[in-house]
Amino acid sequence: MKRQAKALCLGVESSADDFGVGITSFKGEILANASSCYLPEEGGIHPREAARHHAEVADEVLSEALAKAGVNPRNLELIAFSQGPGLGPCLRTGATVARALASYLDVPLVGVNHSLAHIEIGKLKTGALDPVTLYVSGGNTIVSAFEAGRYRIFGETLDIALGNCLDVFAREAELKHKQGMSLGAALEQLAADGKKLVSLPYVVKGMDVSLSGLLTAATTLLHKGECRLEDLCYSIQEHAFSMVTEVTERALAHTEKKEVLLTGGVAANKRLQYMLGSVAEEHDAKIDIVPRQFATDNGAMIAWTGVLAYTHGLVTPIEKSYVKLRWRLEKVDIPWIK
Amino acid sequence: MDKVDSQKLLKKGAEASLFLADWHGRKVVVKTRLPKCYRPVELDAKIRSYRTSHEPQLMHEAKVAGVPTPTIYLVDMKQASVTMEFVKGKQMKQVLAGVLGKERRELCVRIGRLIGKLHKNGLIHGDLTTSNMILNEEGKIFLIDFGLGEKNTEVEARGVDLHLMKRALQSTHYKFAEECFKHVLKGYFTVLGAEDAEKVIEKIREIERRGRYIDERKQA
Repeated sequence: MKRQAKALCLGVESSADDFGVGITSFKGEILANASSCYLPEEGGIHPREAARHHAEVADEVLSEALAKAGVNPRNLELIAFSQGPGLGPCLRTGATVARALASYLDVPLVGVNHSLAHIEIGKLKTGALDPVTLYVSGGNTIVSAFEAGRYRIFGETLDIALGNCLDVFAREAELKHKQGMSLGAALEQLAADGKKLVSLPYVVKGMDVSLSGLLTAATTLLHKGECRLEDLCYSIQEHAFSMVTEVTERALAHTEKKEVLLTGGVAANKRLQYMLGSVAEEHDAKIDIVPRQFATDNGAMIAWTGVLAYTHGLVTPIEKSYVKLRWRLEKVDIPWIK
Repeated sequence: MDKVDSQKLLKKGAEASLFLADWHGRKVVVKTRLPKCYRPVELDAKIRSYRTSHEPQLMHEAKVAGVPTPTIYLVDMKQASVTMEFVKGKQMKQVLAGVLGKERRELCVRIGRLIGKLHKNGLIHGDLTTSNMILNEEGKIFLIDFGLGEKNTEVEARGVDLHLMKRALQSTHYKFAEECFKHVLKGYFTVLGAEDAEKVIEKIREIERRGRYIDERKQA
């Protein structure tokens, strides 16, 4: 029972289609990271249906995480949960689980910003200290870097998120989730066989990008049926990734930082990894890529960020633990970085 | 005739590299858009040549509209490079951080007026940051880097342009961003007139609500 002598935090993630429970020590060891993903029969995430899924699997995922970590819930010292941003019904389900656990075990509760957790887990797992971060997922496209107490947002999408753009196109092309493979991965596989670059809108405004026009143009070409699907997959990736890479490079040149961190679900894409690595190299910066199992939404990132917050004096009283659907990254104080 | 001597790297930006050089006895800046190896060759060529040909046109039109910009001497489409006047001065980014409240507010009003002049003449800068403004030795404010600019009179484009200015102030001058932007708008109003300026302000609010996770959207 040596392990239980260590302080442990359990984190609950439920902002979108994943329900995850992670357990980390206060020193940053990850003891468990269990999750269950809601897979709609067709179309995108229906918030209410996803929330129903989360409620159904909560018990199971929680037990799995505790068993994997080999801990008795009585030995947990802290409960963290994803407080936002995200889908309301989904966030509320996770928050309810976290509140119940914290009051039952009589331990402190801490609400964690979901975007921040993606950055912090990336730093923990790659050793990055002060990076320019490109966080790309189904719900977010953010270029940020730490300046004076907060993670400042240097660039972001003016409309849809990068992962959303790729997913919607993949669904329009009737690509399917294959065993353990996301739509994004299916699209990436097809793109690898792309030979011809089809011209699509390339929209960079200042440090921001706009992806909705790219999606519309690619979808229109798809339905016209004049282009090979592989070429379209290749072209949508090349255009979208070049756009986010360009704005990341701008932030890198502006801040003159020496590390680039790629995090979020789309971080698993090899082509994007290559592009960002190439830019980092050009600016004599180090490229860090979050490991795959921590790239998508997960409970461990919430637990770890909860530890950082709690050990720097932050707790969330139950009455203030309501979810914040539009909680921007730059609104969060970061007392653990000087 | 088009020979540019003794190039010295001034700044390696994300999009282009700036070299300080000598051109027929003048001190000039050569802005070269070097190929980016991360993107496909066709896309790279398209982006570089588009920006190289558009930037000088926009800078010229801005000057005609009464907005100081460096004079263009030479455009080399093959090298994707533009040779222009070297403006001796300080980046607005540093200037704003080093002056007191009143002077800062006055500078912001002047910046707002310049943006107003651009918009009034159908020009969009596309990358309004305090790094892209230079206060020269005579106290004139120059706007540089029109690489992402366009000719557009739509309220949408004007709104995005000013929204970017606001965002740039927030990420670089977070301590007094709000006050600065308020004064930028003040200057903007005087040039564009209340009616048109109001439309742009309303558009900025709409753009912000469109963005993700903005508190204001709750009330919308």
